Amino acid sequence: MKTFNYHSAKDVKEASKLASSSSAFLAGGMTTIPSMKLGLASYKDIINIKNIKKLSGIKVTSKNVTIGATTKHVEVANSKEIKKALPSLASLAEGIGDPQVRNRGTIGGSIANNDPAADYPSACIALNAIIHTNNRKIDAENFFRGMFETCLKKTEIIEAIEFEIPQKSSYQKLPNPASRYAVVGVYVAKHKTGINVAVTGAKACVYNDKDLAGALKKDFSSSAIDKVKILSSGMNSDIHASADYRANMVKVFAKKAVDAC
Amino acid sequence: MASLVGSRVERKEDKRFLTGKGRYTSDINIVNQTYAIFIRSPHARAKIKKIDTSKASKAPGVVDILTGEHIAKDKIGGLIAGWAIRSEDGSEMKCPANPPLAKDNVNFVGDPIAVVFAETLDEAKAAAELVKVDYKILKAVTSLADTMKSETIHEGIDKNMCYDWLLGDRQKVKEAFDKADKIIKLDITNNRLIPNAMEPRACVVDYNTASEEITCYTTSQNPHLSRLIMSAFGGVTPENKLRVVAPDVGGGFGSKINLYNEEIVCSWAAKKIERPIKWVAERTESFLTDTHGRDHITHAELAVTNDGKFLGFKNETIANLGAYARVFGTVTPTYLFGPCATGVYVMPAAYTNVKAVYTNTAPVDAYRGAGRPEATYTIERIVDKAAIELGMDPIEIRMKNFPTEFPFKQTLVHQVDSGDYVGGLNKAKEMSDYDGFATRKKESESKGKLRGIGVTTYFEACGIAPSPVVMMLGCGVGLWESAEVRFNPTGQVTVYTGSHSHGQSHETTFAQIAADELGVPIENIDVVHGDTDKGTFGMGTYGSRSLAVGGIAIVNACKKIVTKGKKIAAKMLEASEEDVEFKDGEFVVSKSNKKKTIGEVAFASYLPGVRDEVKSPLPEGEEPGLVESSFFDPANFSFPAGSHICEVEIDPETGEVKLDKYTAVDDFGTIVNPLIVEGQVHGGLAQGIGQALYENAQYDQTGQLITASYMDYTMPRADNFPEFNIGYTCTKATTNPLGVKGCGEAGTIAATPTVMNAVINALGGREISLPATAEKVWKACKENKKSKAEAA
Ligand SMILES: Cc1cc2nc3c(=O)[nH]c(=O)nc-3n(C[C@H](O)[C@H](O)[C@H](O)COP(=O)(O)OP(=O)(O)OC[C@H]3O[C@@H](n4cnc5c(N)ncnc54)[C@H](O)[C@@H]3O)c2cc1C
Repeated sequence: MKTFNYHSAKDVKEASKLASSSSAFLAGGMTTIPSMKLGLASYKDIINIKNIKKLSGIKVTSKNVTIGATTKHVEVANSKEIKKALPSLASLAEGIGDPQVRNRGTIGGSIANNDPAADYPSACIALNAIIHTNNRKIDAENFFRGMFETCLKKTEIIEAIEFEIPQKSSYQKLPNPASRYAVVGVYVAKHKTGINVAVTGAKACVYNDKDLAGALKKDFSSSAIDKVKILSSGMNSDIHASADYRANMVKVFAKKAVDAC
Repeated sequence: MASLVGSRVERKEDKRFLTGKGRYTSDINIVNQTYAIFIRSPHARAKIKKIDTSKASKAPGVVDILTGEHIAKDKIGGLIAGWAIRSEDGSEMKCPANPPLAKDNVNFVGDPIAVVFAETLDEAKAAAELVKVDYKILKAVTSLADTMKSETIHEGIDKNMCYDWLLGDRQKVKEAFDKADKIIKLDITNNRLIPNAMEPRACVVDYNTASEEITCYTTSQNPHLSRLIMSAFGGVTPENKLRVVAPDVGGGFGSKINLYNEEIVCSWAAKKIERPIKWVAERTESFLTDTHGRDHITHAELAVTNDGKFLGFKNETIANLGAYARVFGTVTPTYLFGPCATGVYVMPAAYTNVKAVYTNTAPVDAYRGAGRPEATYTIERIVDKAAIELGMDPIEIRMKNFPTEFPFKQTLVHQVDSGDYVGGLNKAKEMSDYDGFATRKKESESKGKLRGIGVTTYFEACGIAPSPVVMMLGCGVGLWESAEVRFNPTGQVTVYTGSHSHGQSHETTFAQIAADELGVPIENIDVVHGDTDKGTFGMGTYGSRSLAVGGIAIVNACKKIVTKGKKIAAKMLEASEEDVEFKDGEFVVSKSNKKKTIGEVAFASYLPGVRDEVKSPLPEGEEPGLVESSFFDPANFSFPAGSHICEVEIDPETGEVKLDKYTAVDDFGTIVNPLIVEGQVHGGLAQGIGQALYENAQYDQTGQLITASYMDYTMPRADNFPEFNIGYTCTKATTNPLGVKGCGEAGTIAATPTVMNAVINALGGREISLPATAEKVWKACKENKKSKAEAA
C-alpha cells in the first residue's frame, strides 16, 4: 500500500472540502482498503467519514425507510423497524458477503462504489430510492451510470438513502460462491404506482427490467415470468457464470422473488 | 493411573493460539532488519533479456538488489525434486534446473527473478517498481492435454515430459480384459487446487558475523529437511552454520514441505549484505507461488463380470508438474498415487501409467493426501459407474470385491497389515441411514429438488516411511523419524521430535503418549519441535506420518528411559533389576513393595554419588543423566481405511448443490486423542468437499492465474457444510507398538469421490466434471430434461 494522508472529518462540510480527484472517503473500507492493498488504487488523501454522527442511523415512517450513508449492513440486517416495515431490505443486508464485511461495510459505500454485483443498488432501483447528498437529491434511476460509475461528484457525499415502502417486495440472489456478491440478484417490488424488477449482477450495471415488470403488471405471478424472453447479450460472463446461465438465472430468481412476495 | 491414550485431552496449544500469543514467523523481528520484496515474472514464459536496477538501486532506503546473476556467481544451487522416478523404459526422469532467482528464462507467473532489500517495506516496494525488466515473451504451455505436443519449455526435455512411468503388468491386464463381460470406461479431470494455508509463507533470516551462523525462521513443515537441502544442494552454508527454525506455522497441507526460492535467497543474502532480512508473502504471492495440488487428466478402465466382480483395472494419467519438479512433485503422481489406484478391492490385474509433464504454471506438489485422493477419486468413481452400468447397488458392488482376510496383498505394491472393510461399510451404512434414502429422496422431489447419495470406500498408504522401501522407490533421503526424551533433574520431561506441528496438535498428542509411557503428569511434559538446534534430526510432517513414525520414536525413547531408570532404581532399592517393575511412574520391587518414583530416579541419575542424605551411586557402567533418543523406521507404511456416505440435494432450477448429510466411518487404528482426530477429519472433509464443489485453480491460455484471490478462488466456508456424522472402527496397525495408522489426510481422500458420486447419483448417472459448480449442474439438469423429453 502506498502512503497517504489520513484525515478524520468532523462534519460533511469538512469532508467535502478535503476531497479531490485523488481522494477517497473512508466508510467501511471494505472496497477501498483491499484495492489499495492490491495496488489497484492509490489515493493521496483518505478522508474518514465514520465519525460524522449525522451520516449514520435508521429512520422509518409509514411511507419511507431512510438509512444514513455510514450505516453498516449489520445494522440494517438487525434493525427491528426495517424487519417490520421492509423485511426484504433487511434480508438483503443479511445476505451481503460475510459477517466481517457486514460488520464494517456501509450502504453509502456500497452504492457509491456501484459494483455491478453489489446488492444495494438493486434495492435503490426497486424501492424508488432518493439518494440525499450534501448538495442535492438524486433519483436512483439517475444515480447509477455504469460499471463502478455513478453521477456523484468527487466532492459530493451521500448523506442518506430514502427508500419507498412498497406493497410487496422480495430480493432473491444467487450468490457467487467465492465472494458471496450476486451472480444474479433480483429485487421485485410492487408499489401502488407500479412494479419494479431491479436486476443486479447480470450486467455491467444494475437495471430495471421493463419486460419483467410489464409481464408482472398484467399478472403478478411467477408463471407470468415464464413467458418473458431474456436475452444473454449484454450479460456478464466470467468463470463463475456464463452469460447464458445468467440470463436464465434472472428469470429463475425473478420467479423466486415473486413467489416470496 | 488412567491411560491418557484414547482420551479427549484439551489441546495444550490452544491457550496461546486462542489468546493471540502464537509466535509465527512474521511475528519475529530482528533489530536492524531489512525488508525483502521479490520481483516476479508477470509472464508465464519468457526470456529475460535485461534487468535494469540502476534507477531502483538509487531509490530511498534501498540496501541492495540481487538477481539471478549474483546467485549464479556465488554458485548457489537451485530447488530440487526429492524423488528420482524412472520411466517404463528404464530411463531417468528429466528435471530442469530451478535456480532460486531465474537468470535466463522465466517459466510461470510469479517465478522470482530479483529481490530488493530496503530499510522499510514501503521503500522496498517502491524500489521494486523501478526495476526494469526486458522480456522476450514466448508462447506459454498451459493446456495439460496438449502439453506433449506443445513447444518445449525446458531445453532438452522432449515432449515436456519428466517421465513416462508404469506400475503393474500390462500383459496381465490385457488378459484380464479379454475375459471381461463388460469394460467400464471413465475420463476424468482432477482439478487443480491451491492449498491456501491460513498463514502465508514467510522467512526472517539473521546472520551472525562473528559466529558466521545463519538462522532462518521460516514457515516449514520440515525445518531439518530444509536445512539439509539449503546446505547440501543450495550450498548456502555448511549445515553446522545453519539453523532453521519453524516456529508456530499456520497450516501447510503440503505446500510448506518444499524449501522455496525465497528461503534460499534470503539466507544467502543475509550473509552477503550482513543484515537481517524479513520477507512475508502477500496473499497474491501465495496464490501464485505456493505449490499447487492435483491437476491430472485420467483415462481409466475397469473390467468386470456381469455379476460385478472386478477382473482388471487400468489407469492412464497425465500429471501436471507445473514449471519445475519440486521435492514431492515427482513422487506424488507415482508412488503415492499408483499403488492406491485399485482401492480397497481384490483386483486380479492392474496397471497405472503416468506421464508427468511440465507446463508454464506454478509447480505442483503434495497437497493433503498427495496422490491418494487422485487415485481414490478415479477408482471410486469408476466403481460407481460400474454399479450404474450393471444395475447394482453401490454398496453391494463394493462388498462383493472387498478382501476379507488380512494381511491383504494389494494388487500393485502394498501388503496391507490390518483392516475390516466390510465392518466399516456396514457401520457407515447404518449410521447414514442408507436404507432411509428412498424416503428422503421422495421428500426432496416433492419440493422440486433432486437428491443423490454417494458412497466411497478407501484405503490409503500413509505413515510415510520405511526408509529401505522409499529409498528403493527413488526417495533421496531415509524417511525415519527421531525423538529425544529428556528428564530434567527436577522431574519434568522435555520431548524433542523431528516431526513438525502446523495444526496437528503434536504438543498434546505426543505429551499424552509420553505421559502414558513414563507415568508423568501431562502438565510436566513439554514437546519441542521445529528447531534444528533443538533435538536431533527429523524428516518432518506430511503423509500422516507424525504419530505413526514420529510418535513411535518417542515411545521407543521413553522405553529406553524406563530401561535405564530400572537399573538405577534397582541400585537405589538394593534389589536386582529383574525384581523391579515399572508401572504408573513407579519402579517397584515386587517382593518388598519398596519403590522409587521415576522423578526420584531421574533426580538420582543426575547426582551420581553419596553426600549427606544424597545416596545415589549409579550402577556400574551407567552414565549419569536420564536422556534417551531413538530413530524409528517402521517395517511398513500404515493403512487407514474407511467408508464415507453422503447425500446432496440439488435445485435443478439453479444447479446449486447443497451437501445435506455426511457420514464418515474411519479406521485409524488406535486413536490417541479423539478430539484432535475429529478436528483432523473435519478439516480433511472440508478440503475434500471443497475440491468436489468449490475449489478450482484456473489459468488462462497465456498462463495468467485467473483465480488468484478469494473473490475468484472459492474456499469452502462453514455454512457450506452440514454437521458431520463421524464414527470409527478399529483394527490396530501391526507395524508399530501403539497400533496407530494416521488420520490427517483421510477426509480429503474420501470426501471428493463421495460427494461427486452423490451429485452424479442425483443427476441420474450423468457424468459431470470436478468441481460440480452450479452452472455445470444446471446444464446437466437441463440435458437430463431434454433427453427425458426426447425419450417421451
Ligand atoms: C469479501 C467481500 C464480500 C462482499 N460481498 C458483498 C456482497 O455480497 N454484496 C454486496 O453488495 N457487497 C459486498 N461487498 C461490498 C461491501 O458490502 C461494501 O458495501 C463495499 O465494499 C463498500 O462499502 P464500504 O462502506 O466498505 O466503502 P468504502 O470501501 O469505505 O468506500 C468505497 C467507495 O465509496 C466511496 N464512499 C463511501 N462512502 C461514501 C459516501 N457516504 N458518499 C460518497 N462516497 C462514499 C468512497 O470514496 C470509496 O470510493 C463485499 C466486500 C468484500 C470485501
